[in-house]
Amino acid sequence: MSKRLAALLRPVAESGVAVLIGLAVGALLMLAFGYDPVRAYVALFYGAFGSTDGVLESLAYATPLMVTAVTFGVGARAALFNIGAEGQAYVGAIGATIVGGVILLPAGVHPIAATIVAMCFGALWALPAAALKIWRGVHEVVSTIMLNWIAFWFVTYLIRTYLAEPGRAERAIPALPTARYAVIGATLTTVIVVSVAFCIAVTILLWRTGIGFELRLVGDNPEAAKYAGVSRSKAILMSFLVGGLGAGLAGASQILGRPPSWTLYATMGNVINLGFDGIGVALIGRNHPIGGILAAVFYGGLMHGGRYMEYNVGVASELVDAINGIIVIALAVPEIAAIIRRRRES
Amino acid sequence: MRLTGKLQWYLIAIILTVVLMYIIALAGLDIYGLIETGLLAMTPLALAAVGECLNEQAGTVNVGMEGIFLITAVLGVYWAELLGSGLYGLLLGSATGALIGLLFGLVCVYGKANQVIAGMGLNIFALGLGPYLLMSIWAFPGIHVFSRELVFQPIQLRSGDVYFSLSPVTIAAIVIAVLAYLLLKRSLLGVRIRAAGENPIAVDVAGVNVGRIRLLMCIVGGALAGLGGAFMPLAWFGAVVKEVSAGRGFIALAAVVFSGLNPILALVAAFIFGFSEGLAYTVVISPGVKEIIPFYFVQMVPYAVTLIVLTAAIGGKKLPRALGRPYVRE
Repeated sequence: MSKRLAALLRPVAESGVAVLIGLAVGALLMLAFGYDPVRAYVALFYGAFGSTDGVLESLAYATPLMVTAVTFGVGARAALFNIGAEGQAYVGAIGATIVGGVILLPAGVHPIAATIVAMCFGALWALPAAALKIWRGVHEVVSTIMLNWIAFWFVTYLIRTYLAEPGRAERAIPALPTARYAVIGATLTTVIVVSVAFCIAVTILLWRTGIGFELRLVGDNPEAAKYAGVSRSKAILMSFLVGGLGAGLAGASQILGRPPSWTLYATMGNVINLGFDGIGVALIGRNHPIGGILAAVFYGGLMHGGRYMEYNVGVASELVDAINGIIVIALAVPEIAAIIRRRRES
Repeated sequence: MRLTGKLQWYLIAIILTVVLMYIIALAGLDIYGLIETGLLAMTPLALAAVGECLNEQAGTVNVGMEGIFLITAVLGVYWAELLGSGLYGLLLGSATGALIGLLFGLVCVYGKANQVIAGMGLNIFALGLGPYLLMSIWAFPGIHVFSRELVFQPIQLRSGDVYFSLSPVTIAAIVIAVLAYLLLKRSLLGVRIRAAGENPIAVDVAGVNVGRIRLLMCIVGGALAGLGGAFMPLAWFGAVVKEVSAGRGFIALAAVVFSGLNPILALVAAFIFGFSEGLAYTVVISPGVKEIIPFYFVQMVPYAVTLIVLTAAIGGKKLPRALGRPYVRE
């Protein structure tokens, strides 16, 4: 086997083992409550990838996750633990609701304008965490979570007051037909193209530009970065802003690109956990935007398949999040990766 | 860890608190209700923060307290229903937390895991496990209201026509914070704990097992967070919902950062954050105020206060040198 191929396959093998550990723990949790894990997993994977509609639906679930994965991934590349995608996605969704639902624009321009505004809203919400990190050294794990909760109550306030749909208390004003992305099939829309394009753009930014190099240098080797005169503050700011743009896009994708509701529910059920799920997706995808796309398709499949499983076998679909958590823990343990390496070498 | 040098700050804080109380009383708010709620909100934060102080002193960071809160809140209610007693629910909730702490410690100490990622994995795991347990145990999504008889009763104090209730767990939390401080400062085990975080090689050379000390502190941290998690439904809310932890695990983490790993200061921070939450709840139900300030903004108060206090207080805090790094013998 060529060295390059081996280098490419190793992270895939490591992620694969972590996924298997996650599924095994999920099976134990099912057994604990008397469910049949084999039946449940068959239903899950059949629901996710067993039919054209299933695949389209899984891709629709993957669309926001691949960009919230970028938020975490681009943070991790600069040695940050940015878990603020959650709140930034809420704020992005509000931006999309305002421009997509209230402002009148011609059909071609409308979705683009709404998406850009939503992305800027997301970046804006990332700014306080970046500023506090740079100026006061406040750890981003705490600051981003606090900002997530402030965003939660602020956005809830807006949905239930100024942006509430008249006569329908359970949701905000939906995106106008001119602001909607075209439906491809099932609930998948062309917004997935925007998501994939964003992932590719961030890949180019990180590995083909000077700014990207500086960002990665600050993350990989802060001493060398200091010696080379690279500004740590600039790298941190860039990382947070790019992440915020991604999270804002994730929020927008649920408003402008997700039938049948095209709107934000008052409970925010359709954007909640996009950010946290993105952390797992980023780690499975090895904090690489392209790896994140593949991981998002896998995880989108779990999410859609989870609902199918709940309907057919009765296992609560939230189990999928628990599996995601175990996968993350497994990926944190270098010993597991070391075992794979040793087996390959022997 | 020095208390004397910061005496002036404590005096300022106390004076500010008294002034604030006076203004609140002038505004016609229910001051006893405010302190009651503040102490209730303080309790889980203080328990988790003190546990995490011990944990971090020994060299392990656990950002998964939010997850432990959520899991032990649900399972605490489950144990309480199973055994028919709120007290047993609290104790077994704490034991559940200790078990999670043990598993987390094994992953970090012997698996040499990246602790922040493992802790975040624990949070994500709980985000799914909480609602899964609610559905699997009670077959109802998102919320479970249990019998009032299972609520762990507070102590009722009375002076004149003023009634004041105080949970024994709150008293326990304060005592535990003081004990943790004494343990760290005045005992041989405390010296070893701090050395395991500061200079694990020296501890190892002295013939003390670094891994075992760190594991022990992970278990203690988990047990305290677990008690706090079970406390929320069983002695405070009277119900368990899937958002029961509501970021409190991270507010406790902020208290730890604020304290510079001093359990007494962590208790003070937990009181500030708890008090701000109590203030928010008191304002919500006060006539004259609730009409002006929307409920949603009041809900943001604890998070905003945490962010502001942390921003103002940070800097110059010395953390253990080997914090967050797995110990590998060379």
